[in-house]
Amino acid sequence: MVDITANIAGLKLKNPTILASGILGVTKDSLKYAVQNGAGACIIKSISREERKGHNAPNMHAIEGGFMNAVGYSNPGLEKAKEEFQNLKEVGAPVIASIIGQDADEFGYMAEKFLSDEFAAVEAVLSCPHTPGYGTLAGQGTPQATEEITKKVRSKTKLPLFIKISPESQPIGEIARAAEAAGADAITAVNTMGPGIHLDIYARKPVLHFGRGGVSGPALRPIAVRCISDIYQSVKIPIIGCGGVTTGRDAIEMFMVGASTVQIGTGVYYRGPEVFQLVCDEIKAFMEEEGFKDIKEMVGVANN
Amino acid sequence: MKIENYLDKLDKPIMLKIADRVKETSNVDTFYFNYCLNSQPGQFVMLWLPGINEKPFSIAYDTGELFGLAIAQVGAFTEELFQKKVGERVGIRGPYGRPFWKEKDAKNVVMVGGGYGVAPLATLAEELTTKGVKVHFINGARSKGLLLFTDRLKQLDVKLYTTTNDGSYGEKGIVTDSFKKILKQEKIDLVYCCGKEQMEKAMFDLCEEAGVNAQISVERYMKCGIGICGACSVDGTGAPTCQKGPVLESATLRKITEFGKYHRGGSGKKEYFR
Repeated sequence: MVDITANIAGLKLKNPTILASGILGVTKDSLKYAVQNGAGACIIKSISREERKGHNAPNMHAIEGGFMNAVGYSNPGLEKAKEEFQNLKEVGAPVIASIIGQDADEFGYMAEKFLSDEFAAVEAVLSCPHTPGYGTLAGQGTPQATEEITKKVRSKTKLPLFIKISPESQPIGEIARAAEAAGADAITAVNTMGPGIHLDIYARKPVLHFGRGGVSGPALRPIAVRCISDIYQSVKIPIIGCGGVTTGRDAIEMFMVGASTVQIGTGVYYRGPEVFQLVCDEIKAFMEEEGFKDIKEMVGVANN
Repeated sequence: MKIENYLDKLDKPIMLKIADRVKETSNVDTFYFNYCLNSQPGQFVMLWLPGINEKPFSIAYDTGELFGLAIAQVGAFTEELFQKKVGERVGIRGPYGRPFWKEKDAKNVVMVGGGYGVAPLATLAEELTTKGVKVHFINGARSKGLLLFTDRLKQLDVKLYTTTNDGSYGEKGIVTDSFKKILKQEKIDLVYCCGKEQMEKAMFDLCEEAGVNAQISVERYMKCGIGICGACSVDGTGAPTCQKGPVLESATLRKITEFGKYHRGGSGKKEYFR
């Protein structure tokens, strides 16, 4: 029997697949839906201080070999989100909060006012590439900003703290080190890359209403894998791999360069919500075939 | 399915020329496109106006060679759309969603269309009547000018009931009145319904009382149309309506705690039906 339970910064997961932030996750019941389909944990859609309508549609579309989105952080705001995310035990797996802010103080405010013991952990997102005022567009992708924001959130919560970083921030090992030094418990690597632009040539315009958007899916995966490898060699805290995981093979690839668990977002598009169960089955099949008994045995083997 | 085949999915709009525009009522036009959409009744497409927005619309006609969207001019987006002339392009992606379906043992059915909700049901009626299903079709609207497809429905081999709230056409009353009358006279195997949510909920309650199964098209705020953004996930099941709906059967509707009560807006905030 192979063991696919996972442990990340003290969280015990029945399997290593986590619903990535921004996919489903608007409501508590949509998290339950992901867990019923096999997710080992789930992350809510990011919450900001005030309600945000987000960008006009199209907010997302596929491209050959990948996916693009510019949602613009639509969310009901801190107060309504607090009402929504209660009695989270009903979800059936650990629920991870996701918070955003326009600067370190706002991140601190979000951590203080939004987070409750209902959540198993919190992910602070410093890396959105398509929302003015937030993420890389607000300069949150530097080592200095990473350290400052992480420190602020750390001072306001005792929950395990994950910092979600951008594949565009280079050298990425330094960003991860800054987060680690400021008290992060894990690194989520990576957010979408870009922004990129994809036109419809008949419309003579980008398909995304915002004009540009983050690139995810298989196109992102080799970049994400390299980022994880770099980070693994730079920090001691665990890494949550994210970026183009569609199959068990992709998850295993991330384990082998240093990730302890993986998040799945665009994979829900390609294979439906069943992707979590399918990826777990594929991981198990590989482990049985290759004689791995525990996921930990695979972590980082490709970097040695 | 082989793993590689999943990656062939390519959901993005294609720019189609408006082939024709036909006025249906004072504020509804059908926009036709010469394109094989291959849709089923109850499915929808996302319509993109570059630089403006993208919205879901149900499909009113699909012959295999062309398809038509019957669209009401009701807001800023449709106002922009109504500026478009024949020959101009708009973006289309789809078809999306779970359609209405034929149930093998349902030989005597009722279809209830409220306002624009009549569009997918008209296509469904055209299909089912050729397969030996007896159809009672209730077409309801607030007043005569808002009744859709009165001529199209007359050409069908259905028992037609038309109601208007103000009595300006057909019987004065609401669709549930007609449905109650039918229930008194006949054994109904299945109800198909599409319209405003309060009407749908009233129909659903009547069906539950009478022990009749229903298929109801549930409208929610849809952004991606492909089951991932979470905007249209309904409370109770958590499933995205754009993918697991819009057509839902009684067994699922019983689990949806928000049905008839509230939906969510673009930010995810609850908006209660009044």
